[in-house]
Amino acid sequence: MPEVTYLEALRQGLWEEMERDERVFLLGEDIGAYGGAFKVTEGFQAHFGADRVIDTPISEAAIVGAAAGAAHMGFRPVAEMQFIDFVSCAYDILTNYVATARYRAGLATPIVVRGPSGGYVRGGPFHSQMPEAAFFHTPGLKLVCPATARDAKGLIKAAIRDDDPVIYFEHKYLYRRIKEDLPAHEDIVTPLGIARVARQGADLTVVTWSAMVWKALEAADRIAADDGASLEVLDLRTLLPMDDAAIVESVRKTNRLLIAHEDTRTGGIAGEITARINELAFEWLDAPVRRVTAHDAPLPYAPTLEDYVLPQTDDVVTAARWLLAY
Amino acid sequence: MPGPAPIPKIPSGLTREQLLEIYYYLRLTRSLEERLVNLYRQGLVIGGLYRSLGQEGESVASAYALRPGDVLSPLIRNLGSMLVQGAKPVEIMRQYMAKERSPTRGREMNIHFNDLELGYLGQISHLGDMVPVMAGIALTFRMRGQARVGMVYVGDGATSTGAFHEGVNFAAVMRVPLVIVVEHNGYAYSTPTSRQAAVTRLADKAYAYGIPGETVDGNDVFAVYQCAKDAVDRARRGDGVSLIEVVTYRRKGHAEHDDQRYQPGDEIARWERSDPVDRYVTRLREAGWAQEGELQAIDARVGGELEDALQQCERERLPPGESALSGVFADPATAAPLWFRRADA
Repeated sequence: MPEVTYLEALRQGLWEEMERDERVFLLGEDIGAYGGAFKVTEGFQAHFGADRVIDTPISEAAIVGAAAGAAHMGFRPVAEMQFIDFVSCAYDILTNYVATARYRAGLATPIVVRGPSGGYVRGGPFHSQMPEAAFFHTPGLKLVCPATARDAKGLIKAAIRDDDPVIYFEHKYLYRRIKEDLPAHEDIVTPLGIARVARQGADLTVVTWSAMVWKALEAADRIAADDGASLEVLDLRTLLPMDDAAIVESVRKTNRLLIAHEDTRTGGIAGEITARINELAFEWLDAPVRRVTAHDAPLPYAPTLEDYVLPQTDDVVTAARWLLAY
Repeated sequence: MPGPAPIPKIPSGLTREQLLEIYYYLRLTRSLEERLVNLYRQGLVIGGLYRSLGQEGESVASAYALRPGDVLSPLIRNLGSMLVQGAKPVEIMRQYMAKERSPTRGREMNIHFNDLELGYLGQISHLGDMVPVMAGIALTFRMRGQARVGMVYVGDGATSTGAFHEGVNFAAVMRVPLVIVVEHNGYAYSTPTSRQAAVTRLADKAYAYGIPGETVDGNDVFAVYQCAKDAVDRARRGDGVSLIEVVTYRRKGHAEHDDQRYQPGDEIARWERSDPVDRYVTRLREAGWAQEGELQAIDARVGGELEDALQQCERERLPPGESALSGVFADPATAAPLWFRRADA
C-alpha cells in the first residue's frame, strides 16, 4: 500500500468524488491554475476544467453564498477558504442562510466549506485559528475535524455525500507530517458522527480531535512508560453531530475524563462535553472532568508565545497525572 | 367625418391579453395586502405586516419580464413578483398566520418562502445575502448551458451591505446571467437614502462593478417592463449582469406598526398622485387597450379568489409545538425533545 500524507489523502478524496459525481465542483481563491495556497487542488483545473474548479474573487461571503445557491439547484459544491480563519467573513451566510435553509424552507444545501485550520505553525493571529466553536452553536451545520490521513480522505468523501452543509476543518500542521499506508483505490468513507478509539486504555479517557489527537497519543506513551497507567484516546472526528455514546462508553470504562482541544477555553467545546458527561455519566466519574485547551488569547506569532498559549503534550501529561492521582 | 382615433400600438411587444394579466397581478397584490391588513387588525397575523403600497408596479413588471424556468429572489416588498411567478394568495395568508399548512410549516413568516420549480427563492432578513446566493443559482444556469436567468431584488438600504458588494462583484466577474433590481423607495426603515449612500443615483454603483446600470421610473409599469426585459435579454444572451434602479416610494411604514413620523405628509401625498396602478389603468383606458368591463371583471375575480383563499385557511390550526424538532438536518430527520419535555421527566 502506498504511503500517503494527510494532504494527499484529502486531495485524493476530493479528486475521487469529482470523478464519481459530476455534480461536485470546487470554488475558492487561487485554487485553479495555482492549485491553492497549500496545493491541495494542484492539477485539478487542468483535469476537470475551469467550470468545475473555479477561481473566485476574495469574497468568502460570495463564495459560500454562491455555493449555497448552486447546491439548491442540485450541485454539490466544495468551497475552499484559503485559511479557515477567513470563514468568519462568511459567518452570516453560513449561520443565517445556509444553516437554516432546510429547516425554514425545505431547501437542501449540500455544501462543504473546507480550509486549512489550526496552529503550531507560527502563523500568527490570522492564519492559525481553530474556529470550530464559532459554528458549534449553530443548529443545521455539521463539523468534521480529521486527525489521520485515512479520515482526511474518508471525511471529505462523507462530507461531500452528506445532504446537509458540512464545515471540514483540515489541520495544516498535519498536512505533510502525517503519513499512512492507504490502499490506492479503496472508497474510504468515514461516517459522520462516529468517534474513533485512537488508543485503548483503562485508567483515563482523553477526548480530543484534530492535531491534539497526536499530542494525546504522545502523552499516553509517556504515561504508560513512566507511570504504568493506560490512557484511552478517543478521536471524535465529527464535532457535530457529536458521538455522545462513545464518550459515555469510554468514561464508564475509565471513570476519569480529560478533554483536550486546541481552541481557546472559554466557550470552547470542552465545556459542552463536560456538561454532557455531567448529565449522562455523573455517577460513573471518580474525579472531576478537566480540560486542556489554549489560553484565552489571540494566537501570537513568536514561537515562544505560541508555544505558551497552545496546549502541548506536556500539558496533557500534567493534566492526566493530576486526574490519575485524584 | 373622422372615425374614432386608431388604437395606439402596445409597447414592448406586449399583447392586450398580457396587459390584462399584468393588471390582474397588480390588483391581486394590492387587494391581497388590503386583506392582510384586515387580518392583522383582527390579530390573526402573528408577526409584522409589510406593505408594498406604491411599489406593486415595479414588482409585477420586472418579474413579468422573466420566462418559465427563470428564478427570482424577492425582497420584503416584492409580493407582486412572487405572485407573477405563481405563488398563491392562500400560501401568503398561511405564512402570515403561521399555519401548519403554510409553505414553511410555520417556521418562517410573510413572503419568506420558496418554490424553485415555479421560480422564486425566499429571502432571509439579512439584507444583501440573496445576491451571492442568486449569483450561485445563475452560475449553475451557465454551467449547465441553460438559457435561464436569475433576478434578485435589493432595497436602497441593502446596497450598503458587504454581501451586496461581494455578490454583485462575484456575479459580474463570473458573467453569470443575473439581473439585480435595486428598489430605491426612499427609506430603509426610517433612514432616508441620503443617509444611506453618498450617491444620489444608485445605478451609479453599477459602474464600479463593470456592469450596466439603468435608472427607471419605478411607478411606470411599461418603463420598468421594458428596462427589465432589456436586462433579462442581455443576461440570456450571455452578456452578463445588469443593475436596474427602480425609483419608487414606500407609502406605508416599514411595517404596519410603524407610524411613519419621519416621512413628510406632502411627500406621501405627492407620490400617491403617481400611484403605479392608477397610472397603469389610466394608460390602458386612454389608449383603449382595455375595456372598463374587462378591468371590473378582473377586480371581481381577484375579490373572489381572495375570499376563497381566506375561507380555505382561516380556520386551519397552527403547527403542533413538537413539530419544531424536525427538519434541522436531512439525517437525523427529527431530533429528540430535551429531557425536561419528555413524558418520563
